[in-house]
Amino acid sequence: MTFVRRTWAVVWKDVLVERRSKETVNAVLFFSVLLLFVFEFTLGGDRERLITVLPGLLWLGVLLAGLLGLGRSFVLERENDCWEALLLTPGDKGAIYVGKLVGNLLLMALVETVVLGLFTLFMNVDIGRAMPGLLAVLALGTLGIAAVGTLFGAMTAHVRARELLFPVLLLPVLVPVLLGIVKSTEALLAGEALGSVSHWLQLLVAADVIYVVAGLLTFDVLLEG
Amino acid sequence: MTRWLGVVAAIGLIAGLVMAFGVAPREVTQGNVQRIMYVHVPAVWVAYLAFVAVFVASIAYLWTRAAGADRVAHAAAEVGVVFLGVNIATGAIWGKPTWGTWWTWDARLTSVAIVFVIFVGYMLVRQMTDDPERGARFAAVVGIVGTLNIPLVHFSVYWWRTLHQPPTFMKPGPAAASSSIRAALLVNFAGLLLLGTYFIAKRYALLRAQHEATA
Repeated sequence: MTFVRRTWAVVWKDVLVERRSKETVNAVLFFSVLLLFVFEFTLGGDRERLITVLPGLLWLGVLLAGLLGLGRSFVLERENDCWEALLLTPGDKGAIYVGKLVGNLLLMALVETVVLGLFTLFMNVDIGRAMPGLLAVLALGTLGIAAVGTLFGAMTAHVRARELLFPVLLLPVLVPVLLGIVKSTEALLAGEALGSVSHWLQLLVAADVIYVVAGLLTFDVLLEG
Repeated sequence: MTRWLGVVAAIGLIAGLVMAFGVAPREVTQGNVQRIMYVHVPAVWVAYLAFVAVFVASIAYLWTRAAGADRVAHAAAEVGVVFLGVNIATGAIWGKPTWGTWWTWDARLTSVAIVFVIFVGYMLVRQMTDDPERGARFAAVVGIVGTLNIPLVHFSVYWWRTLHQPPTFMKPGPAAASSSIRAALLVNFAGLLLLGTYFIAKRYALLRAQHEATA
């Protein structure tokens, strides 16, 4: 089997499992709706103030919901000895990493669509004009988050107190990505052109490349379990 | 061998103290509090060198699976975290009289703090994994990703904001510090580097003894 076909097999398996169980997607989507409530309760009322911190809140919502989803992607494999089956897959194990990464990207894209939609609906902000630029930032940032999240998720699936360790490892590593997307989103929502945040976009691209390459190279080692 | 390294490190540290308090001049605007720089600045250099050692040793471990490489990474990460802690603590002590605050979300303070947290995570992974061999593999991956991340953290936080006075060394243009200040910094750097290497050697021996005792 080629690399692409092996990747596709992993993605298809994950999507199928999720479509039948609907465990992760339902919980994560509901969690992001709840986050919106929590933001409103803790900061709410004053709409002016909420608008100024909106880029931060938006990404906080995506990140927290993402943490839940990413952390689960490998825990699933520990049931029914699925992990051993993954290990037995012939050929380059990088394909499994890419497959899991694509699955996580799909999940995060779903979460982001919902969070963005709810924010525009409930907070009454107009993001239509900034949308093309925002999509680029969204794509680059999500790839960075998911690349490290997939790698560390495979690791913490085998660790005591994994729900605790996963965010503790992931969040500090993701600081550059987080700063990049929040600052670009701020500028874009303020009506600036995509060109004005080109240095942040370059940083995001660099981060994505580093994380994906590091993930591909080190994933073998984590899969040993 | 390790003992002699310790003796040389002690001599280096004493020489560093002599240089910092005896030879280097009293800073005109900041006064004597500036002398804390002779520990503050070399400490962060040693810490970052230790993290480079973690990076190299982690790759070597994943490549060869030699237990020795993992012990080097393990020891260097701990020493790096300690020196970075010294850097942050001395920076706070210097910052209070000079900037009027213990801590500020300035670019370089923040980036150092983030690197500190990443490597505390490195130590946690090892501690929370039941099988030591598995812990070594996991820690190596965190060490590699964490070190590769340092430049990204540095640039992102720098663009985010900066207030820290620009670095005196390793920047374009003529050096601002007088030669005796520079000499004092370099002597202290040598002393702390020797001390760090001594700690790593000691910790390495301890880890090996631990392994032999449990095997």
